[in-house]
Amino acid sequence: MNRCTTFFILLVLLAATLALGIFLGGSRLPATDVIDALIHPGGDGMAHTVIWQLRMPRILRALLVGSSLAGCGVVFQAVLRNPLAEPYTLGVSAGGALGATIAIIAGLSGLPLVLLCFAGCSLSIGAVLGMSTFRDFSTSTIILSGVVLSFLLSSVIMFIFSVASSRDVHASVLWVMGSLGGTDALSLPALLAAMLPLLFGLLALTRDMNLISLGDEKAHLLGLSPGVLKILLLGLASVVTGLCVAVAGIIGFVGLIVPHAMRPMAGADHQVLLPSAMLAGGIFLLACDTLAQVVLRPYELPVGVITGIAGGIFFLVYLFKASPPEVF
Amino acid sequence: MTGLTALDLKAGYQDHAVVSGVSFEVAPRTVFGLIGPNGSGKTTLFKCMCGILRPWEGTIRLGGEDVSRIPRRRLARIAAFIPQIHSVTFPYTVEEYVLMGRYPHRGRMSAFTREDRSIVDETMEMLQIAHVRRQRLQRLSGGEMQRVFLACGLVQKPEILLMDEPTSHLDIGHQVRLLTMLRRLSQETGLTVLITLHDLNLAGLYCTSLALLDNGLIHAQGSPEEVLTRDNIEQVYKVRSQVARDPFFNRPHVYFLDSRE
Repeated sequence: MNRCTTFFILLVLLAATLALGIFLGGSRLPATDVIDALIHPGGDGMAHTVIWQLRMPRILRALLVGSSLAGCGVVFQAVLRNPLAEPYTLGVSAGGALGATIAIIAGLSGLPLVLLCFAGCSLSIGAVLGMSTFRDFSTSTIILSGVVLSFLLSSVIMFIFSVASSRDVHASVLWVMGSLGGTDALSLPALLAAMLPLLFGLLALTRDMNLISLGDEKAHLLGLSPGVLKILLLGLASVVTGLCVAVAGIIGFVGLIVPHAMRPMAGADHQVLLPSAMLAGGIFLLACDTLAQVVLRPYELPVGVITGIAGGIFFLVYLFKASPPEVF
Repeated sequence: MTGLTALDLKAGYQDHAVVSGVSFEVAPRTVFGLIGPNGSGKTTLFKCMCGILRPWEGTIRLGGEDVSRIPRRRLARIAAFIPQIHSVTFPYTVEEYVLMGRYPHRGRMSAFTREDRSIVDETMEMLQIAHVRRQRLQRLSGGEMQRVFLACGLVQKPEILLMDEPTSHLDIGHQVRLLTMLRRLSQETGLTVLITLHDLNLAGLYCTSLALLDNGLIHAQGSPEEVLTRDNIEQVYKVRSQVARDPFFNRPHVYFLDSRE
């Protein structure tokens, strides 16, 4: 498909999901009230508060987290040259979950919880990159270190669960399942300030991703130092993933399926694939989050349930429809 | 015009030396063939020449400069190395893949120029892969794949081209066409070509000079007539043979008799 067509379709979808996200939410609002609140941003009233204080920040958070996870998925798959790689492959999620669990057991909430969670993410990133550099920094070493660390940290979490009170366990599990609502612990401007430079950093390195995705040898032969760039790319993407986990919990599947969904449309060239996967990831997560608020209204489903079901179905269809060489 | 000189090379992996005491010289504008049995160290030498493997001892000079001192990006503008045919993980199109050969000439963010595009177009035309430019690499035949790899190397506009077993996986038609093209490139554009080959008769027919590698050492080097002799072939490949001149090009032609083992 033509690049322009791809981006045009994505922008149309973005506009549609944005509209849905604004008009639908956890509470029922008449469409006229919504339009009124949109036209008069300075006004007041219930609809106004819901739109500007609740829905808009939540929409932005969904777009940001969705794009970041999908973008990081592209990066991880390119650098590790593995179709099953995703943002959580290096154990970032397990580190974050451990940090959050400890914070909840310790009775922390708000910003301290977010910070402790991010600290857990950072520690696991550091551990995996450190361990792999210590050996040979080959793809299999990196993946194995990540898998082993995930198991290790999960065991620690299970140990904590086994001795903690059931209320704390429930709170931790709920947190881990992830949600895009109600985390005003880290304000949106702060989150944007932290994430956007990192995302632009990734977007500036798409040519390097192309070369690295051909293998270390070819990258080297075309003038790159693959070792340094792999650490840089994995480090950047892991920090972005850590920030996502810290503000929204562990939302699965976005980082795995969006890159796969976009490759047939955008092609393999990361100069096109990365931006379009970011766009698509934002759209996908926003749509899933809107759905999560609406299907069982007034109850809200964990958004991970929706991304998991939607993603799983998509993946199965994709796997059985595409002929093997198309998948990779 | 850039030639290549290897001086007293010793290289290997971990604590196992694969080649040692290897010296040879590749004159500019020639097609140099590296021959030898499996495991004799051809690929290891190749990795040293393109800077992937650092030799333990000795130096490789490219146009008078030590390869290990040349920054990678500049090296990629002087020397293009085409690895053996392998599968590519992601579904790049032919054009996207070939264009990556221009990366060493352009910065990370700078757009490709009209010159880049025309170099890519001309090269694809020359190698007759322009009609598959929008196809994915996974859909190509072995012959097309080898030409796509070669195109990616040629758009680097190198002074020296190194190809590791360019004729493996190709039928005889593609083998002959590829080698003819390489010889023509070296004669017409002054490109220095270094290839490894398994087929001794193709090596004798197309290469200006040869080096015969045996167990990590150079067994013989020189013109095809000097290298492709009955004794050399028997000592290195353990195969009995007779060598005659072919009646058409007056090149050495090897007739294999039987194995000595």
